[in-house]
Amino acid sequence: MAVIFELAVQGAQMLLVLLLAPLLIGFVRKVKARLLRRQGPSLIQPYRDLVRLMRKEVVLADNASWLFRVTPYLIFAATWVAAALVPTFAAGLQFSWTADLIVIVALLGSARFFLALAGMDVGTSFGGIGASREVMIASLAEPAMLLIVFSLALVAGATQLSTIAAFMSSPEVGLRVSLGMSLMALVMVAIAENARIPVDNPATHLELTMVHEAMILEYSGRHLAMIELATFLKLVLYVSLISCVFLPWGLASAGAGPKALAIGAAAYLAKLAVLAILLAVFETAVAKMRVFRVPDFLGAALMLALLGTLLLFVSRSL
Amino acid sequence: MISTIALVLCGPAALLATAILAGAVSRHASATRLVYGATLAISAALLVIVAGHLADRSGEASAITLPLGLPWTGARFRLDGLSAFFLVVVNLGGAITSLYGLGYGQHEPQPHRVLPFYPAFLAGMNLVVLADDAFSFLLSWEFMSLASWALVMAHHRDAANRRAGYIYLVMASFGTLALLLAFGLLAGPAGTYAFDAMRTAQPGRFAAGAVLALMLLGAGSKAGLVPLHAWLPLAHPAAPSHVSALMSGIMTKVAIYGFIRVVFDLLGAPAWWSGVAVLLLGGVTAVMGILYALMENLKRLLAYSTIENIGFIFASLGLALAFKANAMPSAAALAFTAALFHVLNHSFFKSLLFFGAGAVLTATGERDMEKLGGLIHRMPVTSFVFLVGCVSISALPPFNGFASEWLAFQAILQSPELPQWGLKVIVPAVGGMLALAAALAAACFVKAFGITFLGRARSAVVERAHEVDRWSLAAMAVLAVFCLLAGILPGFVIDSLSPVTLSLIGDRMPVQTAQPWLSIVPIAESRSSYNGLLVFVFITISASLAAFFIHRFASHALRRGPAWGCGFAEATPAAQYTAVSFAQPIRRVFGGFAFRAREMVEMPAPGSLEPARLKVDIHDVVWETFYQPITGAIDFATERLNHLQFLTIRRYLTLVFLYLVILLLVLALWP
Repeated sequence: MAVIFELAVQGAQMLLVLLLAPLLIGFVRKVKARLLRRQGPSLIQPYRDLVRLMRKEVVLADNASWLFRVTPYLIFAATWVAAALVPTFAAGLQFSWTADLIVIVALLGSARFFLALAGMDVGTSFGGIGASREVMIASLAEPAMLLIVFSLALVAGATQLSTIAAFMSSPEVGLRVSLGMSLMALVMVAIAENARIPVDNPATHLELTMVHEAMILEYSGRHLAMIELATFLKLVLYVSLISCVFLPWGLASAGAGPKALAIGAAAYLAKLAVLAILLAVFETAVAKMRVFRVPDFLGAALMLALLGTLLLFVSRSL
Repeated sequence: MISTIALVLCGPAALLATAILAGAVSRHASATRLVYGATLAISAALLVIVAGHLADRSGEASAITLPLGLPWTGARFRLDGLSAFFLVVVNLGGAITSLYGLGYGQHEPQPHRVLPFYPAFLAGMNLVVLADDAFSFLLSWEFMSLASWALVMAHHRDAANRRAGYIYLVMASFGTLALLLAFGLLAGPAGTYAFDAMRTAQPGRFAAGAVLALMLLGAGSKAGLVPLHAWLPLAHPAAPSHVSALMSGIMTKVAIYGFIRVVFDLLGAPAWWSGVAVLLLGGVTAVMGILYALMENLKRLLAYSTIENIGFIFASLGLALAFKANAMPSAAALAFTAALFHVLNHSFFKSLLFFGAGAVLTATGERDMEKLGGLIHRMPVTSFVFLVGCVSISALPPFNGFASEWLAFQAILQSPELPQWGLKVIVPAVGGMLALAAALAAACFVKAFGITFLGRARSAVVERAHEVDRWSLAAMAVLAVFCLLAGILPGFVIDSLSPVTLSLIGDRMPVQTAQPWLSIVPIAESRSSYNGLLVFVFITISASLAAFFIHRFASHALRRGPAWGCGFAEATPAAQYTAVSFAQPIRRVFGGFAFRAREMVEMPAPGSLEPARLKVDIHDVVWETFYQPITGAIDFATERLNHLQFLTIRRYLTLVFLYLVILLLVLALWP
């Protein structure tokens, strides 16, 4: 019985991230629109977009190979599995031991690998420009992310996210310089990974400034829907990650009852809303930077993360 | 009952016999089939024997002394856990390469330049791993080097190959010289060349440091540690592709075997600073190797990526040394297992990738990746297995490269316990370097696969390309399956490595196959665990679920149309991104300090119809700072010494007399 309950909680978590992902995007867009004194599209517009895309036929470029057609499903699957492994409202779920934080980072790496390949498949220059810039951004964001993982692991003594979350909500954490550095670096990496302003602009269709949009320029119909959904999921993943590590309050612990789970779910929604508003405010306040300023931005994240790790090697209490 | 070691030694003997036979019949039409068939059978037999030994005798040693070689020593051979593991790597690689050779060898224009040396090369590698005294070790090592040199020179009419062969020969002699001196120091004043005696003798601190440095020079130059790597990206791609696979995938591992044998086994307890040296060299090698790889063409890209992986293995070994020196055996076992696991993994995916490069070369006759593109339509199977290789080497889950990299990162996370400040500062820096190298490797293989197999054909050769023969495809498919299996069932590999770690580190990782659901758990489940199998199953299920859901409930209409060209019709394939332009952003970010790279745009004069040109200026910093001064100094010295050739007989006699006097003086003054 307990196992079935646990499995149900795990399944609920997987469905929750999937269903919440478009809503989160819709919310961010709405807040951004209101900050700009626009009415903005309705909160559920992303759902409508997805449904419409799924109903449309796919227009495939003449030269597209099987890889181009398989990739949307692969990207979606890798991102969904990764997102399902990050604790949202409850830690220590049934399958949380399948993968630790390093694996989650690497799963997102797999998704990116295939997306970059898909960008190069059709053989247009936009796909190439997007893929080449994406791997440049990733080559700095990924090591920064791994070093953040190192810092967290050294503080909590584990790379297992549930254990980290449990440690973070315990009183032993205290204020640490290294954690502050990790938080800053993590936010920077999350902005770059999700192709948000100032690194990339999710709303642009100006060809020469695109990175993410350039890679998926040839996608249409259900394929595009899958990729869009994966992009939404990735934002949920990073927001959940930041909230479970740095705002672990209310997170239901392993084997908790329905009441704790309900509190966890309410707390999770509140955290999502707060972080989404912060993201929207930040995005309206800054301008997009040139592509070759991005390495400086991510280099700063890398250095912050490295410094945080070094501090922890020097003393576990820093 | 014949002992295992005697049985195993029959393998190299049979390979040598095949080599001689091949020399006799190599111009015969069916010689290719015969030789590769024979090496396949011998390697497979050796593999079965050794794997059986590793599995049920758990690495128990079996030794023999043959009355060969120097009259007063004899040749000692020994099979223990470490050599059994490396024999598995060598013979698994040998067997699959021979399978590939059955098909690929048919396209060889001059089989008599390859066939006799190929079995000899395999025999040499087997003998290095089996040798149990310095004399037979060095002899086998030289034999292995010379056989591979002959294979590099197989197509010697190409001037670039001759240069590669020459540099390889010089570096190989230099490496052996370093090994010779290292063994000389280990043997001590008594001159005992058997490994048993070296193991019991404890060298002093300075001797131990010198041996470590010499091993880093000797084995490191063979494995391709920066800055001793200069020959590797020249020589590996120059050989026929299946030999490139052997050299890159297997021979570098034999070099690592040499390093492990001496530093972990013969040298006794390590000092903590030995870990620092190996860690730093490994980290620098990993980053530099992959940065070079990003700038290169297909086969050289693969060779440089070998350097990156070697760096990764050395960094793990350095970590193991540091833990071992500080009496942290379980962490040392973790780092050491990561290194050995990566040795096995790299032998799988690098062979696979070189086979794929060979298949592309056979199908198109084109070495330059800028003239390829779109091969995924022409060679679907090759492109699929090559993709598996690319994903594995980029350390992406659930394939095997990720499993070993994950273990190494777990080992790094153990290192704050290390007491020395030097290590505390170096280890996180090296961890950052390894993470950077892993991310750059993914970028590098996006480029390798994307430019070669995806996009539109950049030249007419691609239109004529066809899928390669069944033997080659079978060899690549086997390796692709191994890459997946080692990735989703890493517990079995880790457990089979435990006898090796037990004998060299004195501890082992916890039993992994007993874990529920076949997870791997290095220390405790609450700390970290990874289940490749479940990750693989989850991805498969969710991808199929999504595909099923969409095709069942949403549209499955599909229309083909031309790609979006921004309003320009019929863009030529030349408008695609090239390999050079793909690497441009990374060159711009990292190239400044790594290559002193500079880009210049030459604009035509206003009104002129000339095209604008982009000029990229890249320097090989290592070559310019290390090798050019050395070759310059040698040139200078030979220029001066050249005068000695043209002296009169009187002067020669004077020289001899002076030399004699100096020698006598030295003897007289010697304490």
